[in-house]
Amino acid sequence: MTSSLNLWLIPVLPLAGAAINGFLGKRSSRTAVSIIGLFFSGAAFAWALQVALRFSSITLPYQEFFAHWIRSGSFSADFSFYLDQLSLVMLLVVTGVGFLIHIYSVGYMWDDPSYYRFFCYLNLFLFFMLNLVLANNYLLMFIGWEGVGLASYLLIGFWFTKDSAASAGKKAFIVNRIGDFGFLIGLFLIIQHFGSLNFTQVFDQVKPLGIENGGAGLLTAIGILLMVGACGKSAQIPLYVWLPDAMEGPTPVSALIHAATMVTAGVYMVARSHVIFERAPIALTVVAIIGTLTALFAATIGITQTDIKKVLAYSTVSQLGYMFMACGVGAFSAGIFHLMTHAFFKGLLFLGAGSVIHAVGGEQDMRKMGGLRSYIPWTFLTMGIATLAIAGIPPLAGFWSKDEILLKAYQNNWVYWLIGVITAFITSFYMFRLLFMTFWGDYHGVQVDDHGHAHAAHGHDDHGHGEPHESPWVMLGPLVVLAALSLLGGFVGYHNGFEHFLDPVFGSGVTEAAGETVSSATEWILMGVSIAVGFLGLIVAYILYVSKPELPKKVADSLGALYDAVLNKYYVDEIYAKLFVKPLVDGSTSVLWQGVDRKVIDDSINSAADGAQHVSDNVRHMQSGNLRSYAGWIAAGAAVVIAYMIWMGVGR
Amino acid sequence: MVPLSYYLLLSGILFACGVTGFLIKRNIITIFMSIELMLNGVNLSFVAFAAHWHALAGQVFVFFVMVVAAAESAVGLAIIIAVHRTRETLNVDQVNLLKL
Repeated sequence: MTSSLNLWLIPVLPLAGAAINGFLGKRSSRTAVSIIGLFFSGAAFAWALQVALRFSSITLPYQEFFAHWIRSGSFSADFSFYLDQLSLVMLLVVTGVGFLIHIYSVGYMWDDPSYYRFFCYLNLFLFFMLNLVLANNYLLMFIGWEGVGLASYLLIGFWFTKDSAASAGKKAFIVNRIGDFGFLIGLFLIIQHFGSLNFTQVFDQVKPLGIENGGAGLLTAIGILLMVGACGKSAQIPLYVWLPDAMEGPTPVSALIHAATMVTAGVYMVARSHVIFERAPIALTVVAIIGTLTALFAATIGITQTDIKKVLAYSTVSQLGYMFMACGVGAFSAGIFHLMTHAFFKGLLFLGAGSVIHAVGGEQDMRKMGGLRSYIPWTFLTMGIATLAIAGIPPLAGFWSKDEILLKAYQNNWVYWLIGVITAFITSFYMFRLLFMTFWGDYHGVQVDDHGHAHAAHGHDDHGHGEPHESPWVMLGPLVVLAALSLLGGFVGYHNGFEHFLDPVFGSGVTEAAGETVSSATEWILMGVSIAVGFLGLIVAYILYVSKPELPKKVADSLGALYDAVLNKYYVDEIYAKLFVKPLVDGSTSVLWQGVDRKVIDDSINSAADGAQHVSDNVRHMQSGNLRSYAGWIAAGAAVVIAYMIWMGVGR
Repeated sequence: MVPLSYYLLLSGILFACGVTGFLIKRNIITIFMSIELMLNGVNLSFVAFAAHWHALAGQVFVFFVMVVAAAESAVGLAIIIAVHRTRETLNVDQVNLLKL
């Protein structure tokens, strides 16, 4: 047994930062707030690194117990943490990317009047996310799960005076509750049948169970319910609608919560529960199908979006679909690998987008950008690297993980692979479209002399010249670091190194052994195809948006209704509004409000009050104000009491 | 020795006088004195029973009643003075504002 790692420090440090900034930040200077925010998130990262350095010398899985929480009969849930290869990867991604985004936020949010509030929420988010990642039982994980939902809600609605931001926050919260409902029922099933929520105890009981084929078994039910929860948190069909709206939040939030970390919680949860999923093929198929469909569906919407952050939002949904596809075909380590590389390049893309928005004074519409290459070279360079990475161009990070997923998908079923490849092409296309629209061509924007006219919060510096300008170094630094990670991060997957690292976690896999292995020739062909579609997307985007800029209009016109449908995001929001929101609102208005509340509750209370008023109106006339009549009543009353006592015979 | 019933009869007469005075008199001070009369009627029955049963509890009770009566008269007289100052009358029929 190794000495204690003091894992509790990792989540508690950001919590302390959140508390200090939350309680004292209002009266502190911006510098003090930044130092506290950065120090505590940085310290968490440093401690996580320290844990990683000692990693080889500890026995795994390492568990750390802190306090009893719930003890009820044989059931117990404790505050204790669980560390294995999987949680370590998540730990480093969350604290590392989180710390970088904290640094970036110092520059991005500097002029916001609620600067301290932002850092308070951001630290709070880190606390809950680390709780989620480190928990050793589902219940503690659920606390983190709900907590990141809260932080997400607070940060989406950060500019709560803006109506759209406030409603986007509410939408995210409510849609997530739907997913959490499924998650909770899944947990109840686990408690009922295994009497515990502790990972090791549950999985030890699950392991002897065979693979279910009927599709009606317990593990299938649990798996599908857990997937419902994951769908909500990780924005998969049918619960993905909140994520694009979540772009109302500040851009660093989109980068940290809605790209790099929180939305991957669902993938983490499914990977953590792999023991259950591996024994429930139907549940796994559901995961794979949802993931594949979401990947394709969101990618197609991404083509037509013109808001730079919306493109990235749909891209995130699509990439999360990839991760679920990987989990669904039993390649959990490939899913986690993609989760990690995606955190690097999508975090970078969002931060880059923030830098672009910053440069053009708050404008988010890509049609009003263009030609920014020469104005903001560093942003261009780093975003270019991220785009190459997400498009799957070797040897950048995205290539390794995406190729791994596609290979595993092919081993399982070629349909997944085909849709995955098509999605990869679309991904590459819309990402280069974004890059070309933003950085190539001529600058279409208004000359920015009024800084921050779109968001009051984006006004930032005082050199009021009329041209887009590069962001300060405090913002570019994280971009450069993330660019380096996007460039090199994929190499941990060289020779399946990453997979071998995670083997002790996922090694017990049953489905992986069942999958047919492919020859190395096929492997090379598959790799060639995925590289080819990456470049194809680049070329098509170049033709459409650089060499023949009039062409996209024609293509859109020739597609007609189909283009309109995609442009309007397949009318999913409208369908949901008709199908779910309107009946709920109508039902609440006519039945619950007018029927139950007004007719039953209000009326019964009002009539009770009216009755009381009538009675007391009659009774009050007894108060004549005449003292001697009161005295007479007292004497008469006493006489009655005495007569009664004599009549009944007191003392007998 | 005087039989117990004599004391009780006298006590009853005193109490009845008090009640009657309380009900028919209009002057606050007279009403106040009637209250004292009732209290002393009760006190008399207490000591009579105490002597008859050779129990001290009745006599202790009398002291309680006297203390309470003293406190009550202190507060009551103060109220009477206040009423007289503000309303310039001691007729209870004219002190009848406390009603709807």
